[in-house]
Amino acid sequence: MTNWQPGASLAMLRYRAKLLADLRKFFSQHGVNEVDVPLLGRSTVTDSNIESIAANTLGGSGYLQTSPEYFMKRLLAAGTGDIYCLGKAFRNGEAGQRHNPEFTLLEWYRCGWDEHQLMGEVADLISQIYTANGQSPVAVHRGSYADYFAEMLAVDPHAATLDQLQQLAVAAGSHSWAGETRANCLDLLFSVQVEPRLPQGLVFVYDYPACQSALAQTTTNSQGHLVSRRFEAFLNGMELANGYFELRDGAEQGQRFAADIRARSAANKPVVALDNHLIAALQQGLPSCAGVALGVDRLLMQLQGADSIAQVMPFSWDRC
Amino acid sequence: MANYSTNEFRSGLKVMLDGDPCSILENEFVKPGKGQAFNRVKLRNLKTGRVLEKTFKSGEALEGADVMDMDMQYLYNDGDFWYFMEPESFEQHQANENAVGDALQWLSEQDICVVTLYNGAPLSVVPPNHVELEIVETDPGLRGDTAQGGSKPAKLVTGATVKVPLFLDQGDVIKVDTRTGEYQGRVK
Repeated sequence: MTNWQPGASLAMLRYRAKLLADLRKFFSQHGVNEVDVPLLGRSTVTDSNIESIAANTLGGSGYLQTSPEYFMKRLLAAGTGDIYCLGKAFRNGEAGQRHNPEFTLLEWYRCGWDEHQLMGEVADLISQIYTANGQSPVAVHRGSYADYFAEMLAVDPHAATLDQLQQLAVAAGSHSWAGETRANCLDLLFSVQVEPRLPQGLVFVYDYPACQSALAQTTTNSQGHLVSRRFEAFLNGMELANGYFELRDGAEQGQRFAADIRARSAANKPVVALDNHLIAALQQGLPSCAGVALGVDRLLMQLQGADSIAQVMPFSWDRC
Repeated sequence: MANYSTNEFRSGLKVMLDGDPCSILENEFVKPGKGQAFNRVKLRNLKTGRVLEKTFKSGEALEGADVMDMDMQYLYNDGDFWYFMEPESFEQHQANENAVGDALQWLSEQDICVVTLYNGAPLSVVPPNHVELEIVETDPGLRGDTAQGGSKPAKLVTGATVKVPLFLDQGDVIKVDTRTGEYQGRVK
């Protein structure tokens, strides 16, 4: 029989509706305006670890957006001030207990703030959501990437040689990690060795390795290592949000995109053209700001104790 | 054999890992939002029975293993090998002590077992879930003590030792669950 029914219970769908309303209420109270940017764009992300879904129209190539980031940055450069977007995002090939190719993302930007101020607001938001749900707020922890990494693996991730990281990755993963890049070895080690042992509650990890900067500014930490002004939030050991003190240098962003495109080409992945609209907006001038993207389905999973993302969305991909 | 990519890994798929045939138990997709995607895979090494956990880059492939499970009848043991027969073709296979492993303490002639063949040769043997075997050695039975709930060791004709209720005697035939090694009941 065709399984036409939703994957989420009717009670879960009501919790979901309340969560979406509570999120909008928070931003309304904090003077942040909602924007509904396009889901279908002519350009897309160049990041070699994020695959877009191609959707062609009007005789040209298009893509379902993997996040609202580029459109939102163009709005910020145009002078909108603080904005948020609560909508869908798409990532090709991602499906599992915590992944669905289409998912709900909350992304927002605060002008004049840095990443540490924004972490504070993420904590306030989560606390308000838990309270509105009749639950007590979760404990909040903050620590640098190097602190958590060293605590679990006894190695400084910024100072370790590639050889050291590869050996650790082979031990933690399989022999196939022997020739991997620094960024990939760090991803494996953090996901497999560090993430599952993070404390319960809301954990902010900041000062990511410089090789994982993406769209964040870099800085030198107190030990003299170049680090990224990027943070991630984990809720009860599950990755929930990713934030940046945003890079504003159009030339540097263009170089990072070009490096992404070279990496894609080397890995035989589809090559996408860089988004000239975004580069032009950055050249015009992005206000100093911090931004963060938060997985709404995962937040609902944690709030309601669901094991699988399919239990919290009306129709996951296997029911579509 | 064909190669299988991580997105084809399903529970029960047999693949080669570091030269040994393995059976996939679980496969979980893991991906940091901004990072490399990978698959955390639980596998059972079919030679040693050990369960391993490995993490592969998504899209990586492993070679399939020529492994097949088949119902076969246990025939006899000649001191070196245990002989099994395919019921349809009457083809016989000889299994060494390593392959028979723990199954040997339960095996009676004519039992139907699951024999796992690797490259055509027996790799492991799983005895029937339930077997009926005679007690050959135990302390004398305590008649009238059926309600006490105590137990004592009893050695069975195939060599296994199981815990049985106190009232049972040498010569009694009992039913045993081979998966747990637990006494299930007296047969006569």
